[in-house]
Amino acid sequence: MGRYVIRRLLQMIPVFIGSTFLIFFMVYALGDPVAALFGDKAPDPATAARIRQELYLDQPLWKQYLHYMGQILTGNFGTAFNGQKVTELMYDAFPVTLRLTLVAIVFEIVIGITLGLLSGLRRGRSVDTSVLLVTLVVVSVPTFVSGYVLQYLFGVKWQVVSPSVSPAAPLDELLLPGVVLGLVSLAYVTRLTRTSIVENSRADYLRTAVAKGLPRHRVVTRHLLRNSLIPVATFIGTDVGALMGGAIVTERIFNIHGVGYELYQGILRQNSPTVVGFVTILVIVFLVANLLVDLLYAVLDPRIRYA
Amino acid sequence: MRRGTRAVAGAALWVLVAGLAATGCSGGADGTGAGVVRASWGDPQNPLEPANTNEVQGGKVLDMIFRGLKQYDPRTGAAEDMLAEKIDSPDQQNFTITVKGGWTFSNGEKVTARSFVDAWNYAALIDNKQKNASFFQDVEGYDRVHPAGGTASAKTLSGLVVKDDRTFTVRLRTKFSTWPDTLGYAAYAPLPRAFFTDHAGWLKRPVGNGPYMIDSYTRGSQMKLSRWDGYPGEDKAKNSGVELRVYTDNNTAYTDLQAGNLDLVDDIPSTQLKNVKNDLGDRYINQPAGIIQTVVFPMYDPTWNKPGMEKVRRGISMAINRAQITDQIYQKTRTPASDWTSPVLGDKGGYKEGLCGDACTYNPDEAKRLIQEGGGLPGGHVTITSNVDTGSHRVWMDAVCNSINNALGQDRACTVNPVGTFADFRNQVSGLRMTGMFRSGWQMDYPLAQNFLQPLYYTDASSNYGKFSNPQFDKLIDDANAESDTGKAVATFQDAEKILADQMPAVPLWYQNGSAGYTANLSGVELNPFSVPVYERIQVK
Repeated sequence: MGRYVIRRLLQMIPVFIGSTFLIFFMVYALGDPVAALFGDKAPDPATAARIRQELYLDQPLWKQYLHYMGQILTGNFGTAFNGQKVTELMYDAFPVTLRLTLVAIVFEIVIGITLGLLSGLRRGRSVDTSVLLVTLVVVSVPTFVSGYVLQYLFGVKWQVVSPSVSPAAPLDELLLPGVVLGLVSLAYVTRLTRTSIVENSRADYLRTAVAKGLPRHRVVTRHLLRNSLIPVATFIGTDVGALMGGAIVTERIFNIHGVGYELYQGILRQNSPTVVGFVTILVIVFLVANLLVDLLYAVLDPRIRYA
Repeated sequence: MRRGTRAVAGAALWVLVAGLAATGCSGGADGTGAGVVRASWGDPQNPLEPANTNEVQGGKVLDMIFRGLKQYDPRTGAAEDMLAEKIDSPDQQNFTITVKGGWTFSNGEKVTARSFVDAWNYAALIDNKQKNASFFQDVEGYDRVHPAGGTASAKTLSGLVVKDDRTFTVRLRTKFSTWPDTLGYAAYAPLPRAFFTDHAGWLKRPVGNGPYMIDSYTRGSQMKLSRWDGYPGEDKAKNSGVELRVYTDNNTAYTDLQAGNLDLVDDIPSTQLKNVKNDLGDRYINQPAGIIQTVVFPMYDPTWNKPGMEKVRRGISMAINRAQITDQIYQKTRTPASDWTSPVLGDKGGYKEGLCGDACTYNPDEAKRLIQEGGGLPGGHVTITSNVDTGSHRVWMDAVCNSINNALGQDRACTVNPVGTFADFRNQVSGLRMTGMFRSGWQMDYPLAQNFLQPLYYTDASSNYGKFSNPQFDKLIDDANAESDTGKAVATFQDAEKILADQMPAVPLWYQNGSAGYTANLSGVELNPFSVPVYERIQVK
């Protein structure tokens, strides 16, 4: 197991270098951001030249990349146009998005797996049909629609919650945005769990367990559910990365100053250090989440061993 | 193995629960005190240095925490003395400025002549990379502290001399009679010593001499300001403070306003323009701001600049149905333009409705005739170029092209050339790579007719993107600048504008309005000519 983890960690290095390289070139291919800093006015050539020099933009692209990677290895992610260090932005933004993702994931797990289990156990009955129907509707509604609608209903119409999240972003304010963010994935989790449960209900080991005379709740939780969770765990693992990076829409609607907000701001202003830095961290999150999912397999299914 | 994995799973669950509990505690105490205005804000693009702030969001803060030599009246836009006791000039080129006594920064330091001179020298020096450095280009010695290339050969502007604690002199490179009126711009604000001695600390919490002090500033999310009770000026704040909150989506800010979570928004989302009057009634403000939108012709392209083309350019202007576009697309938040300045200048300041005359009046038949007489569109076709990532540029460009196509009775005479990002568009424009019309917006720096004309249409001026050049126009601008009588200067600026009406190097489209909405908690909300709320006049119930 230890060797497996080390091998996986080593594999991350080329993936990391390759992805930062691609992102760097894609962001820089958008062109020179300095002209836009001056708004509708013509940039003063001397000032613009100094800013370019400071940002290393007057060098050829490969030199810029080496310079940037050199900086990253020493923990320096560069500076945003407003003079703030990108590491400071990350320090502010990542905890907020992490909390939001956590709410979404917990919501997905608790509600999604419960619903999936219920409908899987009652296949073909009315509970099952209605869950399938509701999840179909949820999957087909895009986030920006559900976000604005729920925000209006809960925030303005019924005044239950504040429509936007304060800068500190405490957990209770993140409940509604977290639900909106997790809504689409929730539907997937429900459907995956249901299919898996239905499939495993007919497995040999389950019949054995019932024949042994085990109580029903033990059969369902220890034998049926645990073995059915493998595809769900895979999905949730990759979803952690997707939710953290893909919260741009949700964060905009609820005015949450997290990763999505910084990325949006960075792209709009063509602020390469922000975009490349944040995406780099997201790549790492993605890789680590995938590794954890693989390790979780061994926990869920005793037949799986890593060497 | 089994035992081990169970322990791991258990530990993971624990971490999750502990994480939730810990993060749950971090929120809470975020209340807002009584009498505080909660207003929408956008993240300033640059650090909050006065000479480095060239957009409206940073400008809002500077407006609250700084007072300069002059202050623009929020209603009339007239430049009135603030810290200036008097500004004298015998020849419109040498100025002697006396600073009023009794003014201090909110940290107790006295505002002296040196506070201004040090700030201006800092702004102009190339090493400090200040984006508004060019505002000091009229001061003598600018080319030495801010050379076009290489390093500065002087650290300070030779045209600025401190005479005593409250007096300094300014020598300009050329005559510029209305120069004192430009001094209300934030770039000319005085700076305390702390700005120079502890720059990083100052940027974290800027200190100025205005009616408000900054209590806390969380970059990228919010700023809390409170009234400075020791403020010596007349325009003391009528509320106890302002809380600025950063919104990335103006729809969310508007929703927050409806929910009573926010008191003031100064950017009504375009999707809400139809509902805003129903929602807010007379708490919706829609008034002219010092912004004009034009489309510019690339005069550096010989096909647009040959004799006879002025008829085509005028014809295109006459083919645009401005009234219909401003009504239908903008719900009257734009006003059809009929000169090259802005209504906020007022009649005394140089605005003259209808100065453009027939050339800016919709007349499709005459438009078609003029374009044919001038030899037709170059290549039978014209494009309008703009970035389409922000604003509703795509929509109005389509509408303008439709209007031109209808007038000419051709389907493909005018087409839109969208550019993906603002930066790319700016690079194409400043690289002189345009072959057809392109969008140009101008937000005034100070409410003077000069600011709407000289930087945009004077030969080789800094923002003359179409490279329009006309010796007669240049001469009239020079004359107006040398004129000591304001009324005569304004008349001369208007004469210069008539040349623009003849030559039509840029088609005036519409004047942009400032819009704002507020809750019933507030009263006395108004927008200044820069479309920024006058925060110090707002009263909270």
